[in-house]
Amino acid sequence: MYQYDAIDQQIVDERVAQFRDQVGRRLRGEITENEFKPLRLQNGLYMQMHAYMLRVAIPYGLLSSEQVRKLAHIARTYDRGYGHFTTRQNIQYNWPRLVDVPDILAELASVQMHAIQTSGNCVRNTTADHLAGVARDEIEDPRPYCEIIRQWSTFHPEFAFLPRKFKIAVTGSRSDRAAVRVHDIGLRIVEQNGERGFEVLVGGGLGRTPRVTRKIREFLPREHLLSYIEAVLRVYNQHGRRDNKYKARIKILVDALGADGFREQVEAEWALIKDSALRLTDEEFERVRGHFAPPPYRTLPDSDGAVAAMSLGTDRGFGNWLKQNVKPHKVPGYSIVIVSCKPTGGAPGDVTADQLDGLANLAETHSFGKITVTHTQNAVLADVESSRLREVWQRLTELGLANPNIGTVTDMIACPGLDYCNLANARSIPVAQRISTTLDNADYLYDLGDLSLKISGCINACGHHHVGNIGILGIDKSGEEFYQLMLGGSAGEDASLGKIIGRAFPSDEIVEALEQVLALYIERRTSPEESFVAFYRRVGAAPFKERLYASA
Amino acid sequence: MPLPKLTSAPRTILKSGKLVADAWVHLGDDDALPATGDVLVSRERLLTQAEELAARRGAGHRVGVRLTTEDSAQTAAELLDRVDLVALYVPKFADGRFFTTARLLRERHGYQGELRVCGDVVPDQVFYMHRCGIDAFEVPGPRYRLEAALKALGTFSESYQGALDSGPRYRRARRSIARAS
Ligand code: SF4
Repeated sequence: MYQYDAIDQQIVDERVAQFRDQVGRRLRGEITENEFKPLRLQNGLYMQMHAYMLRVAIPYGLLSSEQVRKLAHIARTYDRGYGHFTTRQNIQYNWPRLVDVPDILAELASVQMHAIQTSGNCVRNTTADHLAGVARDEIEDPRPYCEIIRQWSTFHPEFAFLPRKFKIAVTGSRSDRAAVRVHDIGLRIVEQNGERGFEVLVGGGLGRTPRVTRKIREFLPREHLLSYIEAVLRVYNQHGRRDNKYKARIKILVDALGADGFREQVEAEWALIKDSALRLTDEEFERVRGHFAPPPYRTLPDSDGAVAAMSLGTDRGFGNWLKQNVKPHKVPGYSIVIVSCKPTGGAPGDVTADQLDGLANLAETHSFGKITVTHTQNAVLADVESSRLREVWQRLTELGLANPNIGTVTDMIACPGLDYCNLANARSIPVAQRISTTLDNADYLYDLGDLSLKISGCINACGHHHVGNIGILGIDKSGEEFYQLMLGGSAGEDASLGKIIGRAFPSDEIVEALEQVLALYIERRTSPEESFVAFYRRVGAAPFKERLYASA
Repeated sequence: MPLPKLTSAPRTILKSGKLVADAWVHLGDDDALPATGDVLVSRERLLTQAEELAARRGAGHRVGVRLTTEDSAQTAAELLDRVDLVALYVPKFADGRFFTTARLLRERHGYQGELRVCGDVVPDQVFYMHRCGIDAFEVPGPRYRLEAALKALGTFSESYQGALDSGPRYRRARRSIARAS
């Protein structure tokens, strides 16, 4: 993984000093809360319902064991003993005190971490495929490009006060596990005539006006990565709307200009800067790529057959876990383990300090000391020798991180909702917990197959409900929590936005409504091979409407 | 109607890395033109009173234009031969268009004169502003804000991306020669 040099370290250290000074001036009343707000936000510090929330950056989700231990230490020392993995592969703490935040940032800087630009109207943490570097369908590891983007975007002087936040995602695989089509910029690594480059997608995003990206460039040679992004940002910074924060994302500008009109402006700007110093050098690619060299894998026989055999063994618990939570690795003899942070009845994405320490140790002994956080609020041990999977499973079981539910409906995403968030209309986490408890039947979950469920507590869509195969959106009806059900969304390469199925359900009916939706699918699908989303695309909303509302 | 947060002369500003006395007078569109002194006027006034202002320059008084965040660098570039100073007026500090305007004015249109920012200038933005080519700062409010702005110029000793002050890291001399700290 990327290792800071003296300059990288100096930059984060100076950031800590800057923020310490800003907090001091705020406490002395030398800057107003209004002025302090964007400063703290650009350090990931939000004001929530009961306290501040601090969001720590995990560039493209990748952590070392040492860093994970530091996160555990912070959870114990400055918070209430836990943290929360987010949909941007970051971690957030819900209870830090303002006066402690400079010290927390200093602790982070000591392990090459920070909270830079995890919030605010700037370029946020660039996310990547969580199976980067180990996926079988990968063309190239996207993380070196993400790191190049991270450095370029860190304290970019021109783009720190954009109309609105800006999110970039990169995938290097054919199947899209990074949801690039719902980002402000989505980059897909592609190859043309033996040359590496990117397909450039812009203007995706969720929130009030959900949009799937529009393609503005078929092929961007890789040396132009930064000049092209800079051109996009420059057009957006000048022309994005600033009069209404709900219309300020780049997707609205792309809507207004049309994909062609937007492309024209970007290309005109790009033509003026593409051959400037922004053009990336081969030396820089090599330097950064060197940090992501594969770990020292052992030469082992292929283990696909052995893993398949183990999964059919007599130990159902282990077998289920192998089938659901273990994925094939590109190197023979190795497997990818997805660590489920979705225990039955738990809050999706929450991890305790003890679990973090346990994970750090396990990564050290069994996965080259690396952990990746996924945008689906789980974690990955990317490089486990298949012959040691049982040990890993046992250890994860002890830690409460082995729920064999990856990819199933209980592997859901949920935003913090009304329990923490000022903007919420309704609670998300308790609904997630009730669903997870109600559907806690392995056979049933596996019968349902791959199915994504995503829950947001309001229209801002932090839980990505539009792109869940099933989405749940909390709304407020005269002071009461209600939930809308959306069907048919997808965040993958076949990205689509779900549609509201009908009137909302009160809190005590939403879980049953979900069960009805699932039951209808099971009864009417052509075969277990027909996924939920394929089924929905075939039959449409009508049968679901009938099932849910006919008796009313 | 005076623009919010504009400071009035004589004032102290941050300029070229130092706190200095400054006497430029911000004129509103309806304010009478003083007999002498350096004046900053809006783009509209610069155009409508073109002859008078040109004569004033000819008589040895300086004239500057005060642009808004609605004005693009292109708009500004067309005015450069009529003025001695370009000021960017920021109505709200979060309106970050002026960062692009400043940068393009320097990089694309080759403006070499004083590029000043005024209005809702928050000291903590000064580091970024400076990297975008702004070299003079009117900071409203108590003196400690001006001092904070001076200090903020040195917030970071290194930057990743290229701007007015330096090229991108990957095009500079070897990274390993980082200063020991
Ligand atoms: S979706 Fe709404 S309730 Fe949930 S975290 Fe975002 S803003 Fe808060």
